[in-house]
Amino acid sequence: MQATVAHLKKGQRGIITDVSSIYIPLKLLEMGCLPGNFVELVQVAYFSDPMYLNINGTHLAIRKETALHILIDIL
Amino acid sequence: MSKQINVALIGNPNTGKTSVFNALTGLNQKVGNYPGITVEKKEGICKLSRGVKAHIIDLPGTYSLNASSLDENVVIELLLNKNDKDFPDVAVVVSDVENLKRNLLLFTQIKDLEIPSILVINMADRMRYKGISLDIPYLEKQLNTKIALVSTRKNYGIDELKELISNYRELSTVPCMNASEIDKDYFDGLRRAFPDQLLYKLWLVITQDVNFGKTDRNEIDPVADFKTKSKSELKRLQQKETIKRYQFINETLKKGQIIDLSTAKDLRIKLDRILTHKVWGYVIFFFILLTIFQAIYDWSSVPMDFIDSTFASLSEWTKNALPEGTFTNLLAEGIIPGLGGIVIFIPQIAFLFLFISILEETGYMSRVVFLMDRGMRRFGLSGKSVVPLISGTACAIPAIMATRNIESWKERLITILVTPFTTCSARLPVYLIIISLVIPDKRFFGLGYQAMTLMLLYLIGFGAALGSAMILNKILKIRSKTFFVVEMPNYKLPLLKNVALTVVEKTKAFVFGAGKIILAISIILWFLASYGPGDDFNNAEEIVATEFANQNLSEDEIEQHVASQKLEHSFLGITGHAIEPAIRPLGYDWKIGIALVSSFAAREVFVGTLATIYSVGSDDEETIKNRMAGEVNPILGGPLFNFASGISLLLFYAFAMQCMSTLAIVQRETNSWKWPILQLVIMSTFAYIIALIAFQVLK
Repeated sequence: MQATVAHLKKGQRGIITDVSSIYIPLKLLEMGCLPGNFVELVQVAYFSDPMYLNINGTHLAIRKETALHILIDIL
Repeated sequence: MSKQINVALIGNPNTGKTSVFNALTGLNQKVGNYPGITVEKKEGICKLSRGVKAHIIDLPGTYSLNASSLDENVVIELLLNKNDKDFPDVAVVVSDVENLKRNLLLFTQIKDLEIPSILVINMADRMRYKGISLDIPYLEKQLNTKIALVSTRKNYGIDELKELISNYRELSTVPCMNASEIDKDYFDGLRRAFPDQLLYKLWLVITQDVNFGKTDRNEIDPVADFKTKSKSELKRLQQKETIKRYQFINETLKKGQIIDLSTAKDLRIKLDRILTHKVWGYVIFFFILLTIFQAIYDWSSVPMDFIDSTFASLSEWTKNALPEGTFTNLLAEGIIPGLGGIVIFIPQIAFLFLFISILEETGYMSRVVFLMDRGMRRFGLSGKSVVPLISGTACAIPAIMATRNIESWKERLITILVTPFTTCSARLPVYLIIISLVIPDKRFFGLGYQAMTLMLLYLIGFGAALGSAMILNKILKIRSKTFFVVEMPNYKLPLLKNVALTVVEKTKAFVFGAGKIILAISIILWFLASYGPGDDFNNAEEIVATEFANQNLSEDEIEQHVASQKLEHSFLGITGHAIEPAIRPLGYDWKIGIALVSSFAAREVFVGTLATIYSVGSDDEETIKNRMAGEVNPILGGPLFNFASGISLLLFYAFAMQCMSTLAIVQRETNSWKWPILQLVIMSTFAYIIALIAFQVLK
């Protein structure tokens, strides 16, 4: 199964391989959520939702349902 | 006029754009609205060298020129409309040295619009701390721009920026990259179809979902020889464009920016380990809230008492110093107490905005959004609803405007509908005066009963908001994409200047905005209270004289009886008596009734109204509070403001929708009358029922 950002454990890093643009709004892409960039899970709230990420140096939080659509290779 | 340079400040959120604006303009700034919409428009004047002035607009923060909200739309509308009187001669793009990569995305877009641009790299004082070094000449060359390294905190770079603005004519207008390579055929076709238009401008107009007021989209559609694309194709192209821009930025920064991670220190990680912790994060948030409310209550009581008594003496002094007559009475009994009713809010409002702006400035508010999202979703809200709900403790109007960054329409609508339940500052004076009358001034383990009652009322407000959100979430059948993204900015010490300006600005807006209504209502009330129809009012002296003929009253006592006879039979008294049957079960008399009715214009009128009613005809120098304490319940006897009627009033004000300005803003933000009318009817009915139950149980 292809790993997604939702599979990351706290402190783990990955490289974004693909984002499905139907589910991921342009705004998130503009904040750096693009193939080739790294992503790190900084902190999680209850039930890992939302997820506090470091994407390409930008710190942001998204919900798990969005994280499921960002495909990655876990490092 | 010709010497004034139009400058637009543009930048991502959290880049310190407003600090740069404050540093450039100082106190020479004003806040208004863009015509027809409620987006805040901040502009100011900056003096440059040689007598040249710059007119500076602080545009709303945006991540790119692809607008997804009303606020961001303002940015594009201005940049695309050359005929706008504010169209910038020069764009100052503010970026944060720690997020340069992301910030440059917007910069490359603005360069494509061929507007002369300056790049401000802000928070430059953090470079060494973060191990960042920049090759400025290289970056300037690659980006075709001039760069100003600025630190508003350490106060440098602003003069250089001003110098660059004065010499804006020397700036290059050549784009720094060519984004049209992503689909050569398409853009070539576009260029051929509209040879005299700027390519990137066309592209922006084509791809925006939002409505453009002034920019006419129709001029693009009818051309036949140009093949248009479907929506999803356009979206894919936008994605490609973003990737393309990042490629260019990455290339540029690879040489122009060196980050030595070994010397970088990261406070963020350490702080976030605690502040966003699953347990400690919430505990800390709760204690911060508790501290804020205790502080507001304790710190503002002294200036409030002072203001209250000052206005009472001022009123008395006016009466004695000026010649007797209608005008003196209007001044002493209508206008001065009315003004006092406005000024008395200033301390609490200032403190509230002080705390809220500190929470925002430090970056802590985003952590609250993160912590609360999961919990709020259960109520059909978003983590971002927390910001409106907290700002709602100052005023529902800016709070409802702050819902604009909530991505999902359903979550946003619910937030708008429930925000008026939170205890706004206009409720505060009502609460404070009633609490001080009916709750004993005692302490329990250092916490005052009065402060705890206030805290409880705030909790009731939040509880009502959450409860009704949950119900709305069940009832409302709106399908909308639930999407959520919030930036977690770096922690920063709040800049005193920014905080102070926010506090002054917001307090001023409140005092002058609400002040007008309060003053107008005070004057109207005074007239209604000072005149009346028929014999009962006009022959009050004779009636009293006959009634008390054989009781041997002193002159003062007779005067008092005349005054109350007059008030009771004035236009105001008649109105009050007419509604008394409806409010008697709640424990109120006709005077409170009048205050209640006038509060539907705005809650804060309550204290001012009572002040006006009680000061009409009374001569002694008394504070509003003492006058209220002296009121006797005409039917039950005992003080009118006792525990039962006091609690009933508190609860009525907690739930009722008594603010015309809020209703107006809800109408504008939801673009429908349905929601504000529902709000008014449902909230007020609920308030009546709860107040009724409270009084009947407690009396």
